[in-house]
This record gives sequence, structure tokens and C-alpha cells, in this order.
Amino acid sequence: MASLIACPHCGIRPKEEFAIRGDAAPVRPAADVPASDDRWNAYVHLRGNPMGRHREFWHHAAGCRRWLIVERDTATHAVFAVIDAQDVALGRTAP
Amino acid sequence: MTAFRLKDGGLIDRNSRLRFTFDGRAMTAFAGDTLASALLANGRMLVGRSFKYHRRRGIVTAGAAEPNALVTVGTGGRREPNTRATMLEMFDGLVAESQNRWPSLGFDIGAMNGLLSPMIAAGFYYKTFMWPAKFWEAVYEPLIRRAAGLGRAGYERDPDRFEKCWAHCDLLVIGAGPTGLMAALTAAWSGARIIVADEQARLGGALVNEREVVDEAAGSAWADGVAAELASMPNVTMLPRTTVFGWYDSNVFGAVERVQKHVAEPSPKRAVERLWRIAAKRAVLATGAEERPLVFGGNDRPGVMLGGAVRAYLNRFAVAPGARVAIATSSDAGYRTAQDLASRGVEVAAVVDVRAEAAPRDAAGARVVSGEIVATLGRRKLRAIEVSNAGKRERITVDAVAMSGGYSPIIHLACQRGAKPSWDERLNAFVAPATQEGLSIAGSAAGIYALAQCLQDGIDKASAALRLLGRTPAAVTRPAVEPRDDTSSAPSWRVGQVRGKAFVDFQNDVTIDDLGLAVREGYGHVELAKRYTTTGMATDQGKLGNINAAGIIAAARGKSIAEVGTTTFRPFYTPVSFGALAGAHRGKHFAPVRRSPLHRWAEKHGASFVEAGLWHRSAYFPRAGETSWRESVDREVLNVRRNAGLCDVSTLGKIEIFGPDAAAFLDKVYCNGFAKLPVGKARYGLMLREDGFVFDDGTTSRLGAEHFLMTTTTALAGPVMAHLDFCAQVLWPQLDVRFASVSDQWAQMAVAGPKARVILQEVIAQDISNQAFPFLGAAAVTALGSIGARLFRISYSGELAYELAVPARHGNAVADAIMRAGEPHGICAYGTEAMGVMRIEKGHVTHAEINGTVTPDDIGFGRMVSNAKDFVGRAMLRREGLVADDRLQLVGLKAAGDDRRIRAGAHLLARDAPASTANDQGHITSACYSPILGHHIGLAMLKGGRRRHGEQITVWDGLRGEGFDAIVGPPAFVDPENARLHV
Repeated sequence: MASLIACPHCGIRPKEEFAIRGDAAPVRPAADVPASDDRWNAYVHLRGNPMGRHREFWHHAAGCRRWLIVERDTATHAVFAVIDAQDVALGRTAP
Repeated sequence: MTAFRLKDGGLIDRNSRLRFTFDGRAMTAFAGDTLASALLANGRMLVGRSFKYHRRRGIVTAGAAEPNALVTVGTGGRREPNTRATMLEMFDGLVAESQNRWPSLGFDIGAMNGLLSPMIAAGFYYKTFMWPAKFWEAVYEPLIRRAAGLGRAGYERDPDRFEKCWAHCDLLVIGAGPTGLMAALTAAWSGARIIVADEQARLGGALVNEREVVDEAAGSAWADGVAAELASMPNVTMLPRTTVFGWYDSNVFGAVERVQKHVAEPSPKRAVERLWRIAAKRAVLATGAEERPLVFGGNDRPGVMLGGAVRAYLNRFAVAPGARVAIATSSDAGYRTAQDLASRGVEVAAVVDVRAEAAPRDAAGARVVSGEIVATLGRRKLRAIEVSNAGKRERITVDAVAMSGGYSPIIHLACQRGAKPSWDERLNAFVAPATQEGLSIAGSAAGIYALAQCLQDGIDKASAALRLLGRTPAAVTRPAVEPRDDTSSAPSWRVGQVRGKAFVDFQNDVTIDDLGLAVREGYGHVELAKRYTTTGMATDQGKLGNINAAGIIAAARGKSIAEVGTTTFRPFYTPVSFGALAGAHRGKHFAPVRRSPLHRWAEKHGASFVEAGLWHRSAYFPRAGETSWRESVDREVLNVRRNAGLCDVSTLGKIEIFGPDAAAFLDKVYCNGFAKLPVGKARYGLMLREDGFVFDDGTTSRLGAEHFLMTTTTALAGPVMAHLDFCAQVLWPQLDVRFASVSDQWAQMAVAGPKARVILQEVIAQDISNQAFPFLGAAAVTALGSIGARLFRISYSGELAYELAVPARHGNAVADAIMRAGEPHGICAYGTEAMGVMRIEKGHVTHAEINGTVTPDDIGFGRMVSNAKDFVGRAMLRREGLVADDRLQLVGLKAAGDDRRIRAGAHLLARDAPASTANDQGHITSACYSPILGHHIGLAMLKGGRRRHGEQITVWDGLRGEGFDAIVGPPAFVDPENARLHV
């Protein structure tokens, strides 16, 4: 895992300041999607765990407290991008 | 004859005589010695015993790769086992002991293992301890545990300090030999911010050990000059005595600096070891090369050393390894050893060159034999070698052997992040990939051995690195040196004929035969052979033996060494002490302590504190004459229920929430509604996880149209805050809401009991009568005439109660004032134990109940869940399994007959049902003695429990072998109608 993460708000910080939530791909279904719909099951329970390129939610818990999306390679540990998750959620940044 | 100190020369200070002891025997050394050089100077050839066969072992190297000379150093809390004598700087008063021997180093019972060697060859472990099965625990394991390990750690507390720090630089130079020093000089003159780390105290690498002339000065003097110049520059940080042990992602390096391991009495003001994390933009790896031993019969006899080590002892420490030395070599370096020995007047008996047709080299007049050593002879020390030369055997009397088997570049760091080393046919060595992001490999570490080229490579690699950093490298001219290259070698992984044992891994006693056995038994893959034979698994991690092992395995498998490959390189390069890794995080500093702003108030009232996570919370307040915690807790509970009490609840999480969408946001995170909560009111809220189970609970108050104050449980204050962050930023980013944790900013106290209002009214300016401030009121008030405070009429105890929050700095003063005002009314301080008893009596839940497996309905809040809005957990809450009517539901319990103590964790069974998993009906979650009821009570999660009030069930405690009947009832034992809350 990367030792240093370039937080878009705080700059380069040690990884110990961050907490990792995991796969950033699942999107919460809209409120009107019935509970029986498989989309809910997928959102709550299914997580990707690829070897290679992966996008994850990271929380800068000991820094700016922003949720970030870290795109990294789980095999080589290379970090490709770190962006603010709210920007993605609001469509301000391409996911 | 043994090793001895030469009359002159060396880089030691003969005017500074140091005393030390080895195995209790007093000896002397000079400043500048290592423990190894001092032992040799004192004629000690035997310094340790090997791990498995307990064979006599001597010093093999003069550096970090030493497999044999492991000693225990220091006494008391400073006792440190498995220290390499070759790396230990001598100081006055040093106390060292040999290891892995009993009763003494000279006579060791364990050496009998050597006679058993046919039975304990590689893999014996896996074959021997198989049967009978019951022997494992009783016989085999204790036996193995007793034999395992080398030195023994002490049990006393380490009195020394350790610390950790970060460092940042443009260029990190790892290794300060000729290559590293030139690289550092180039970067330093170019203005880059650099760090130079070297494991030795004296910088210069090989220049310190060899007789080289650089810029017309002795190599060591030149190195001293460069080191001094570097140290004087403001952009350079010099880290001598520092081992860079790991290369991590993002070009972060781990290093350990031995700050005070070389002094008799470390200063308590400074750390003895310092762990560095170095974030380097680029690094130059100039770690040099390791000389390989030769694998011949009896190559482990004390007196057999590496050629480079012999030169180091000769040139740096003025110690000769013996009076008559043979040289065994597959490399031209053997001739350099012969020249150095001859120049100091030590007789060279023969140069035994395994290369069949070695070109004539300058052996300084010594006889050159084209052949190999078959065996070594001698009991306590080396007396002779047997040499095979063109079919003839010859015995040569010697007291030391210097062996040179070629070089292996030290590439550990460069291969720690997944890069695979590759075999270089020209070098006969594994090399690391030359191009890796952030790291350049220079000098001998890159297989460049000649001094002139090393110096130039240091300049070149540093210049290239600087250009990549966007800097212009300073023009640096390589210092002048004599041209010589005597490092060519032929591959020789073992000799042809072996008599006796020929060791590949000295420390773990792995022989040629063991590797052959591993291949024959199917463990020929290099990673399997390592684990089957333990080659390369000792504290030296095979620094000397691994390449020979790979060559021997390759031959046994009929493959090339390139195909066989090496085992994986991982941190740490050399052992790092636990002390350095722990740093300051030990004892009380292992974790921070959180103290409530009311801590002083609680101390004043004699609180007994309990650790809850990082918090120290006041558990109960014993008074004179009380002999048990129960007595104090019972008194506190009764007094609160009859009069009043004050409890510190400052540890609750507190989050201020602002914004036009604050109410809408709360509706999303709580399963019950908050949008319609009026200003000035508090409401109990249940927060779910997205899977439908309860996450946390607490009260949230509306202090303004767009301003709420949320409280969380103490334990989940942090996780709830992170959850809110996620909800606001990712799930509902369009909501205009902001929040901040204010947990530490407010001191909060619960004032509970029938007299709570009378007492509080004396410190609060506003009218807090039942009419003016009814149950679930929340308001900003003024305390003690001027302090801005917040008052909430909420009750955890079930009594008339308030929670008063004041700015943290006023906490103690306000609590004191309330206690004074309450004195005539009989107020007491009460702690978390009494609070826990009262909440069980009242049937309130904590994380003992909401443990991640319960729904709101399970704990009786089913009707609270909103149907009118979306919230976290809403969809999953409707799953079949979460609405089944035989789910475990919250109930209260008391013994059916005479009072019995109910214990949390006990299971519930239908009456008279046998105790089995199939019959399990639930469990006790919380239990206590209720002083107001006069008997024990418990809260439990019981299958379909709400329908079963009045039923008798069995409480079964398998741990204590207890079982008794209990009556099921509603969870609230005290005031189930909530009459007391509304008075």
C-alpha cells in the first residue's frame, strides 16, 4: 500500500491518517427502489476486490475529514488519482 | 597459534585502552575496535555455537552479514541477545556472553547433536515428531521450545528510551563507501537536500578496510575528509550507525539509527535507538557487495574467515587472523589478501585457487596451488588443511584460512517491493533491475567493483538523479586512484570433493547434503528448499549462503542458477530491535489517555476510575467504611432514586449540526423522524446501518431552526462522526448541512433524582419548573450567573433528570456549585456503575444490547421507525429475516424462586430442555443487583420474548455449571409507566 497519499486538500500525507472503507463502485439505489430489488443486495453486500486497478473510498480521518476516492493498483500499489468523493457524487468530477 | 594484534598500524587508538569481559573473562581492547576485532586480538577464535549441531564457531566476517559471532550484550534491562560482535563498537565496560551452549562455550552438551546428525538432517522435524500423537503436547513441543532460539532475552524492563521520526529529502544516499560518498558529494554541491545513511560508525565502506590510495591519501583519510565536508554543509544530514532496512511504497525508507549503543552509560536525555521514516524524492543505493564463502569440508572451523574480513581485521584493526594463513579462492581477490598479509609480515602458506587455469597473479611470493580444500583439521582450533591438487592430496599446516568465493551485490532493498533479481552471467551474481522508479543502484551494488569506476558511478548516478529532480548537477571530478581490478572470479558453489560437513548456511547448520536431500525429496524449488532445510532462515537471512545454496540446488536439479532464482527479499535487511519499532509507545504511552473535563471533580470525590476505550471514567465513589464496590454502587443508586446524584457524562459524543437542510439530513441518518422536532426539544434517535441493524443511539436536540446538537454513545463517537461525513459528502451531497464534533468542548453532567430540579434551579438563572421546562426540553441557559450553558431534560436513570452542558473549562466549578447546592438535599456523586444499574432497572439499552445484530423492533422501538421517509437501513430492515416474529427480543428477567445472581453471557433454554445449540433461546445481555428491588435482575434477548412475559425459562451458564429458572417480564423494572419523568 502506498506510504504517502496526496490528499487534494491537505497535500502529501502519511497513510496512517486515512481510514479505508473499500470499493467505491456501489451506488446507493434511489429511495423508491423496493427492498426486494437485487440492487439493494448488491449495494449493501457485494464489493469488488480486484487484483489491479481499483477505486476505493478513503476517509482523511486525521486530516480534513473529507471522503476521497483513491484510484490505485492493488498489486503494484501505484496510486493513479485521489479526488474528493463529493465532487464525484455531485457530478463535478468525472468518476 | 591464534589470531593476534600486530605491533603497529590500524585505525585504532592504542592510547585509549578499554576493558571488557567475554563469558566473564576480563580482556582489553582499543578504542576503534569492534567486539569481534577485540576478541580476535585476544586470541579468541571460538566465539559461539551453531544452532542445530552446536558446533564450535568463530568469526567469519567483519560486517553485517556475520552468521556465527552472535553474543548477548549488556546486563539487567539492557541485556540484548543475538548481537553481531562484528557490528558492536567496543566501549569501556562492555559485558558480552556467548550463546547456545551449556554448561560452557568450550564444553557444550548440545554438541552431541552433531553425533546424531544422520538422524536430524533437513526435514527431520517433519518426519520425527509425527507419532505417537499424544506425545506432541507432552514431549515434543516442550523439547522443541527449549531447543529453539539462540540467545535469551532478559525479563527486566529496558531502562532506555527509543524514538521515531520522519525525515524528507531530495536524495537519500544509502551506504557511504566510495560510491556513496561521491554520490553524496555531487548532490550536496548541487544544493540538493540530502541524507546520507551508513550502518558503520566510520564512513568510507571498503576504503576503511582496504589499503587504497585516493587523491594521494590513504583511502580512510580521504573518506574522513569527505565525511567531514558533508557534515559541515547545511543541506546535508549525516546518519552514521544507521541501517536502512526497508524500501516501502511512495519511496519511503525505513532506517534505524543506533544513537547510543556504543557507549557504556547511555544518556537518559537521548534515545538509544531512533527509527527513521525517510520520504525521499530519489535514492541512490550504494550498499556495496558481499563476499561469498567457499563451500568445502570443515569450512566452519574457527579460523576460517572471508578474505575481505581478514583484510579488514589486518588493515583497520591491526589484527592478524593467525601466524600462517592459507587462502582459498575462486576470485582474484584472494591474491589481494595474500599481498596484504605479506605486507604485514604474516606468512601465507598457500593460495589455493579453485580455478583450473588461473592466470598468473601476484601472490606476494606465496605458493599458488591450483586445487581445492577437501577438509580442515584440528579439534579446538584449525591446525591444517587438506588440499587436493591434480589428483594428489596434500596436508598443509595453517592456523587460518581466508576464503574468497566472488561477490554478490547487496540488492536487498532494491528487491523488497516486488522486483525480481536476475542472474548476470558476466558477474556470476544476481543483480536488481537497474531502472526502478525513485531508486538508482550504484557502484558494487550494481556489480561495478573497481574503485575508480565506483567513484565515477557515484558521480554519474547522483547526477542523473539530480537531473530527474530538475536540478543541474555540479561538475565533480573523480579523485585519482591507482588503476587495479582484481575482482574477477569464476563461479564455485561448492568444491568437488568433500570430507566431513561442508556448510552452506553456517548459523542454521545447512550442509551440501541437506540441500541434496531436499531436492531428492521433492523440495527443490528454491522457496521450498529454504523452508525444508532452513537455509537462509537464520538471523543473517542467508546473506552469505543463499547464492551458494541456489548454485548447489541448481546443480542437483540439473538446471541453471538463473532458472532456480533466489528467495524473496523482504524487510528487514538486518534485525531491528522491538524497542526501536515500539519507539515511545510503551507502558503508559502505549495509548493516549482521555480524561473528562470533570476528572478533577471526580478525583476530589474519591472516584475509582475505569478504563473505557481511551477514557478514564469515574466508575463509583467509595466512602469510608464501604468494603466493596457493590456497597458503594448500591448506596449511590438508592440515593439517586431517593434524593439526587450527579454523574459525569462528558464522554458522550457531541456533534453540532447546522444548515438549512440539517433536519432533512437527520431524517436520513436516523430511522425515526426529526424534521418535525420543535425548537427547544430533545428526541431519542436510533441510527441504523445500511444492512438494517442498529448502529448507535442517542438524543438529538433542536437548538434552532437550522441548528441541532446530536449526542452519540461514548464508544461510537468517532465512527458516528465518520458515518455522518460519508452521508453528507457521498450519499446526500446536495443537502446544505455542516457539522463539527464538540465532544471535548463541553463538560456534561447528569443531575438525577427527585430533588434534581430544586438543586439545579439554584445554579440556573432560567425557570426550570415542569411547566416552563417539561420532559424532553432543550435550551440554552445561564449557569452560575454568567456561564453560557445548555440544559436538556432527558433521563437515562428513569428519575426526574437533567443533563447540563457547560464549556469544558467551567466544568469543575459548575459541578462543585451543584454539589454545594445539593448538599442539604443529600446529593451524591455517582459513577458509571450506578448509572449502569439504573439503566438496567429502567430497561434502557447500551451496546451490550445493540451489538450489531438487533433491529429497532428487537429492542422495542419498532413503532418508532418511520414509514414516511428514506433513511439509512430502511430497505434492508424489511428483509424477511429482520421482521420474523421469532427474532430475539428484549425482555427483563429475575430468578423464579430465591434470588440468584444472573450473569451476562448466560444462555436461555426452555425449562428442562437439555443445553444444546438447537435448544438455545437467547442470552443475558446485561445483569446487576437492583438495590431498589432487593434482588438481581437481568436484561436478555429472548426468542419471541415479547410474547412470553410471565413464562418461566432456564438460565444456563455453562462456564460456571449453573442453571436455574427465571421469570420473563418487560425490560423496565422501575417506573414502567414513566410517571417519574413527567413530574
